[in-house]
Amino acid sequence: MPLATLPVLIPALPEIFLAIASMLLLMLGVFSNESTNTRTVSYASVLVLVVTIPFVALVTEGRTVTFGGAFVTDTFAVYIKALVLLSAATAILMSKDYLKLQGIERFEFPVLIVLATLGMMMMVSANDLLALYLGLELQSLSLYVIAAFQRDSARSAEAGLKYFVLGALSSGMLLYGISMIYGFAGSTSFDTLATIFHDAHGQAPSVGVIVGMVFILAGLAFKVSAVPFHMWTPDVYEGAPTPVTALFAVAPKIAAMGLFIRVMVGPFGELGAQWQQIIIFISIASMGLGAFAAINQTNIKRLMAYSSIGHMGYALIGLAVAGAAGNDAMRADGVQAMLIYLGIYMFMNIGTFACILLMKRNGRMVEGIDDLAGLSKTNPGLAMILSIFMFSMAGIPPLAGFLGKLYVFQAAIQVELYTLAVVGVLASVVGAYYYIRIIKVMYFDAPAEELDTGISLEMKAILVVTGIVIVFFIFYPMPLITGAELATASLFHK
Amino acid sequence: MTNFPWLSVITFAPLVGVFFILLIRGDEETTARNARGIALWTSLVTFFVSLGVWINFDNTTASFQFVEKTVWMPGLNLAYHMGIDGISMFFVILSTLLTVICIAASWTTIKDRVKEYMIAFLVLETLMIGMFSALDLILFYVFFEGVLIPMFIIIGVWGGPRRNYAAYKLFLYTLTGSVLMLLAILTMMFQAGTSDITVLLKHDFPATMQPWLWLAFFASFAVKMPMWPVHTWLPDAHVEAPTAGSVILAGVLLKFGGYGFLRFSLPMFPLASADFTPLIFTLSIIAVVYTSLVALAQEDMKKLIAYSSVAHMGFVTIGTFAANTQGIEGAIITMLSHGVVSAALFLIVGVVYDRIHSRDIDAYGGLVHRMPKYALMFMVFMMASVGLPGTSGFVGEFLILVGVFKVNAWVAAFATTGVILGAAYMLYLYRRVIFGELTKENLKSILDVNAREVAIFAPLLLIVFVMGIYPSLFLDAMHVSVENLVDRYQSALAAAQHISVVAK
Repeated sequence: MPLATLPVLIPALPEIFLAIASMLLLMLGVFSNESTNTRTVSYASVLVLVVTIPFVALVTEGRTVTFGGAFVTDTFAVYIKALVLLSAATAILMSKDYLKLQGIERFEFPVLIVLATLGMMMMVSANDLLALYLGLELQSLSLYVIAAFQRDSARSAEAGLKYFVLGALSSGMLLYGISMIYGFAGSTSFDTLATIFHDAHGQAPSVGVIVGMVFILAGLAFKVSAVPFHMWTPDVYEGAPTPVTALFAVAPKIAAMGLFIRVMVGPFGELGAQWQQIIIFISIASMGLGAFAAINQTNIKRLMAYSSIGHMGYALIGLAVAGAAGNDAMRADGVQAMLIYLGIYMFMNIGTFACILLMKRNGRMVEGIDDLAGLSKTNPGLAMILSIFMFSMAGIPPLAGFLGKLYVFQAAIQVELYTLAVVGVLASVVGAYYYIRIIKVMYFDAPAEELDTGISLEMKAILVVTGIVIVFFIFYPMPLITGAELATASLFHK
Repeated sequence: MTNFPWLSVITFAPLVGVFFILLIRGDEETTARNARGIALWTSLVTFFVSLGVWINFDNTTASFQFVEKTVWMPGLNLAYHMGIDGISMFFVILSTLLTVICIAASWTTIKDRVKEYMIAFLVLETLMIGMFSALDLILFYVFFEGVLIPMFIIIGVWGGPRRNYAAYKLFLYTLTGSVLMLLAILTMMFQAGTSDITVLLKHDFPATMQPWLWLAFFASFAVKMPMWPVHTWLPDAHVEAPTAGSVILAGVLLKFGGYGFLRFSLPMFPLASADFTPLIFTLSIIAVVYTSLVALAQEDMKKLIAYSSVAHMGFVTIGTFAANTQGIEGAIITMLSHGVVSAALFLIVGVVYDRIHSRDIDAYGGLVHRMPKYALMFMVFMMASVGLPGTSGFVGEFLILVGVFKVNAWVAAFATTGVILGAAYMLYLYRRVIFGELTKENLKSILDVNAREVAIFAPLLLIVFVMGIYPSLFLDAMHVSVENLVDRYQSALAAAQHISVVAK
């Protein structure tokens, strides 16, 4: 009996590399000196993640499919993966001091992040509903563990448990949707599904397909924490250790958004008429809730949770555009806008969380917005850079956040989604209120007890780089925009 | 000298100063001294370079001059496109002049966080100049909206006791108006396929679209202007802002709205402008009469001047939407004159506030006995604000009244009552502060203006008289551009009329 032919492995090499590397990292942790192993493994993990970025770019040439069509790599995957790898690497870098301070310095932490990243990369490259599910679960299981990493803290344990229970529910919905789709359409492969729906020539699909699609959509909306599937976000963000929150706010969101785009534009691309209105609704609801619910928050991590819900709402505008009937160029503009938005979102959030991680007083972490009072007097540099991030999140020009919003709204106007655009800009005004409140606390209020100074080199580097990107993006925006354009092209011109 | 990038140099020169201020190290005293020095020199150089623009300006053409264009974001077809015409040129110079004056006026009054203060003003200068010279819609929006950041910080950090409230109000009011304008800008870009203002000025937007676009721009400009009833942020912002903040707010930022009407609303949406003219006239008349009456009742000097600003801006909108040469030229002159005069009046208030630390009118009285030079300067600016012939205020108001009389005599009649009321509240203020017996103890040792203060007021006095006695210096430069604007507006209306006649 001949052996089954080995699938072509080259497109998946980065993932294979990451999988092997994570095992080696575990080994490294076990066998190296106990007092320094966290440090060693952290740096090694960062190195692994950073090395993977060019690796991903190298193996991608056009669109290649492997593993029986279940795995795809294209420029779109490269773009999302680069963002995910970058944010995961910075999250590990940022966590080093925090873990030591909280006495939870264990080498499993960076390894779990590497594993979660592997899951995210699988998600982004999924070309089959089952591959999608596998990637998603690998990611989620690792994340559940690190949410509860500070196991002596009741809040952290609660965050982990909450995330797990609700996450399991959403995975259930997703699986249910997948089985419906398989039952009614007869395939789980993205390519086959796309052909099936394309050949239907605009005929409405069967109810089963629609129900299945809605379930999948709900599962994915949970992962990007879009309203009304956002309930877990504030509690998990607040309870999880801060570097974990920093990771949650960026890497899994971007990966899930990438997946969202791939699923909606790929297999269900022809069914835009069916899903566009759902996206419009969750986009409006997310922007609205993100803006209004954040107003009264006193904990900055909770505030960032609502802020990220709002930002996902803005990004979803791009997806709503991609669901519009009409020419591909305009739909592509929607996806491109979304990718640009996510790229800028990543830099803003990493920077902001780096600032939050520096909020220490007498060697203990503080998280209240009031603790920032008078920061401009006690630590002017930090205050200035945090206000840059806040103004950028509020979307005030000339900072990068404005350009993200500009692209998204421009795409929405093109397909005449005026309501969405008007709600979006008005929500951004409400959102501006709570962002500038942080600036107000830092600049206008009388100084509170001083925060600890002393910034490690890594933190300084992260702050400076993200700050420079946000301020100078307007002068030289082309790298990100061209990247997003190339990434979009691979989705729309096969 | 045609290849010299005048506008880029003026726009970004202040940022060079910011860069040097950021490099300052040392103890608080040295930092403050160096920051002041660098800021003053930067703003002076910028001002003199901007005068070069005026000297090289060609009065005979309506097209944009000193144009610079570079690709910025090819994806959205955006360009870094700068240029000025007769309408925008003087606003650029006004911005550079008032920045110098603001920095000089804050020399001794700002003692806290001087470095940040100077940075905020220089960044503000860049944004203001950029706003007036941008010829790309998105570039314009970036500058227009970016102004909020330094202004928010200036009011919030160096402002008075209720600065939080004032800073928030300014920020959120203006932001709400502006984001709607952003959507209109995006719609225009999509409809016309370009964000180039020079092209859009000649583009005819569909008649059904114009009212919506006009309203969205109106939402932004009416708040910035500010027009009744969205003017309420202005008195709060003025009262709480530090003196220099009020100066720049009244002097330049309020002109953003008037400039916007002239640059966008009239030429780009002529049909909608014509339709909405009655609305503008009504709101403006209410503004002129109502805020003048409110000003009469004020106890706080800065608040009084703030309300008088609203009234003057009411004149500007009336002149703008009269849409003839006299009205528009009057509106521009009034804006320039108000930029100088209201700035000067805030500085006048600042002089006594620095000495007594009160803005209450009742806290003063009989100042003429101790401060004769001060009383004289106050009188000149007061008269200019009232619009006495020979001062800059007269030229603008007169032209506006002539312009609007041709269009609607009733509006002219109501606007004239505003002139009378204006005289009433200003003279009343002057009498209560300057004349009378010097009875209050703390005023008995008050000192007259010193050399630095005289140096600050001298250029403003000069401009008030030059503009009042020889207005042609200014009118000639703007005339061709204004004519062009009026032609464009009238021909668009005529074309629309023709179409509707044919359709019948």
